[in-house]
Amino acid sequence: MRNELTIALAGNPNSGKTTLFNALTGARQHVGNYPGVTVDTKEGSYTKGGLSCRLVDLPGIYSLSPYSEEEVVARDYLVNQRPGVIINIVDASNLERNLYLSCQFMEMGVPMVIALNMVDAAKKRGIEIDHERLSALIGLPVCPVVARSGQGITELMATAIAHAQEHDKWQPAHISYGDDLDAAMLDLSTMIEEGGFLTRDYPARWTALKYLEKDDRHLEIGAKEDHALSSRLLEKVEQVARHLEQTVGSEPDAMIADHRYGFIKSILKQNVVHRTMDPDRLYMSDRLDNVLTNRFAGPLIMLLVLLGLYNFTFTYSALPVAWSATFFSWLGGVADTFLAEGYFKSMLIAGVIDGIGGVLGFVPLIMFMFFGIALLEDTGYLARVAFMMDRVFRIFGLHGSSVMAYIISGGIAGGCAVPGVMATRTLRSPKERMATLLTVPFMNCGAKLPVLALLVGAFFSENQAMYMFLFTLLAWLMALLAAKLLRLTVLRGESTPFVLELPPYRFPTFKGLLIHTWEKTWHYIKKAGTVILGISILLWAMMTFPGLPDSERQVFENQRQEIIRQASPQLPASPEDAGQAGPEARAMQKDLLEVANAEAEKALRYSVAGRIGTALEKISWLPGFDWRTNIALVGGFAAKEVIISTLATSYSLGEVDPEASDSLGETLAKDRSWDAVKALSVIIFVMFYAPCFVTVACIVKEAGSWKWGLFSMTFNTLFAFLLSTMVYQVGSRLF
Amino acid sequence: MTKISLREMTKYQSGVITAVKAGGELGQRIRDMGLVPGTEISIRGRAPLYDPVALRVMGGTLSLRNNEADYIEVEVDDA
Repeated sequence: MRNELTIALAGNPNSGKTTLFNALTGARQHVGNYPGVTVDTKEGSYTKGGLSCRLVDLPGIYSLSPYSEEEVVARDYLVNQRPGVIINIVDASNLERNLYLSCQFMEMGVPMVIALNMVDAAKKRGIEIDHERLSALIGLPVCPVVARSGQGITELMATAIAHAQEHDKWQPAHISYGDDLDAAMLDLSTMIEEGGFLTRDYPARWTALKYLEKDDRHLEIGAKEDHALSSRLLEKVEQVARHLEQTVGSEPDAMIADHRYGFIKSILKQNVVHRTMDPDRLYMSDRLDNVLTNRFAGPLIMLLVLLGLYNFTFTYSALPVAWSATFFSWLGGVADTFLAEGYFKSMLIAGVIDGIGGVLGFVPLIMFMFFGIALLEDTGYLARVAFMMDRVFRIFGLHGSSVMAYIISGGIAGGCAVPGVMATRTLRSPKERMATLLTVPFMNCGAKLPVLALLVGAFFSENQAMYMFLFTLLAWLMALLAAKLLRLTVLRGESTPFVLELPPYRFPTFKGLLIHTWEKTWHYIKKAGTVILGISILLWAMMTFPGLPDSERQVFENQRQEIIRQASPQLPASPEDAGQAGPEARAMQKDLLEVANAEAEKALRYSVAGRIGTALEKISWLPGFDWRTNIALVGGFAAKEVIISTLATSYSLGEVDPEASDSLGETLAKDRSWDAVKALSVIIFVMFYAPCFVTVACIVKEAGSWKWGLFSMTFNTLFAFLLSTMVYQVGSRLF
Repeated sequence: MTKISLREMTKYQSGVITAVKAGGELGQRIRDMGLVPGTEISIRGRAPLYDPVALRVMGGTLSLRNNEADYIEVEVDDA
């Protein structure tokens, strides 16, 4: 046990909870992790004027029901970690509904202080709250604050710390739920207390209440503790439920909720809230909504905003991404110059430096994307996007908020699935979120584009733009259909209730945006970084080992010696000087390069990756792929643009820049094993097969288990294989 | 005064909730957001494809899908 006081921050989403947390802790915060849970709980510390404590920011929730992970995390935290006091943040403009959660904390009995937030905004809306009166009526300290400006937070913390010192026991509030339920509560509580049932962790009244509500999670805990007593309690609950059904035609949980609101109304009616304006008058926010969600203007503006976000993310991050690429190729060059030839050097350059470069190369992208999303989220616009898009996405078993993730992943060609997968965090519905995050890699990301461009350029050169556009549409169609397929099979089930709050538009705080952005970015570097480095080295090893046997290498070495011997002896020996040398020297260098490329091809085929590629020919004839294509596709798991360089190596072309792959395009166009049908089949496969491992690492992290990462790789590859086979088999018969 | 389902309400129409006929998670979510009998609501508008619906309740704005709005019965003035 630690002696330091722990204070938990709890409240509705959009109540300004995170803003308050940031104001209290500044940069002294980190994300706390609980195994198997994808919901973050942030921790930080607060020190001021001799007072210090630990602060925990619980996920934003509307109630303590057992239905969402956020709610369960919050509940379990309170019970298992026993914070000294909770600060419940409520939005002063939306007091009645916010107090619903407070009411449940009071039923639980946790020591609590209420932070009445955004009193300034409420005042502008003509709402004034008599906080002293409210405090007297509910029997808890109430502190008016403005979290944005920090107004009142010192007093809030002093009150909370003092309250924690005075109250160390949980004291459940007695709220009336009507005669029938009150009587039942009394009976159940007595049975629970007599049996000492769960009373170590939960007040008896709370357990009684949860049994009446038939709270699945609590019933489960109860059944484990004492099955017989749990059954007797349930019997009693059934009795009451039947009685209520016959007399008032209602269920206990509905009645309890009604009485909670009744309790809140009865308090607020006692001159707590003073309104100086008509509550239904149109606020600025409503007027904005009249335009921004207008039937015609709304979708148009949304399109522009999303395009803007996309441009912001990918255009402005291009420069830092290029810097990072330049830096790592420089680093690779330095290593190349100073290290001795051998496997260590090759691993350091191709495995470690390229791997870390791969991870860090995404960092600017992720930072810009999260900044953009934080901006849309904190202003309240994201909720409107979900509102407008929901009808379309629901057809495919998704949620209105899914649209963001798809667009970022390449819904407008050229995105990236890594930030796309991470963007699914804004979805609160678990099944819809999973379906989205598993299908966003189908979009045409920036790394697939050069591969597509190469093949389209070589085989469909007449209508390049049109083909690229068609492939973008195809990606959308397939992603949505695959999502529907997943929602009908592995992610089957009713859609999560949509019931979404449209918060008033607000100006976000710059500090909040920065903290948000940094936190997500750091999370990515830390979690994805380690996995990616490991896999990068593994892939390097697969494409390097086993090396060519000495006898084979000798053959190439002999060829080299032969070329050098035939050239005149006064020629410069090092390739650096060859540029200034005569035509004979250049011819020699060209011959040497050809030998090196032929050796690279042979070595690649000899390596594990090459053997896999060759072995795969047994099934890859179906979509029309030969061993060269297979190796390239295996390499593409590292990053899709690697497909080009691997393909080039396997065609003995040496190093080829993915951005300028004309020579490879020409080779493929001339090669008799390639034709338009095979090109189309490869394009389809590249679009839909296993996402690159950076994406897989992110899927694992976001979905919370390796199972989904493996699923994604298998499902996508099978999906792509079937499509390509269909295209190739039908296509080669028709043309 | 007539009772209609929330889905049938028109833009800017207001009324008082008389019943929420959903149980389980949906019922819970609806109640969590303040949609309980006795609460006054008014329709703020609908999404471009007429679904979901946005409504004003207890000073805040919420949105619901039409098939969720079906469970909510509202008493409105005959106009």
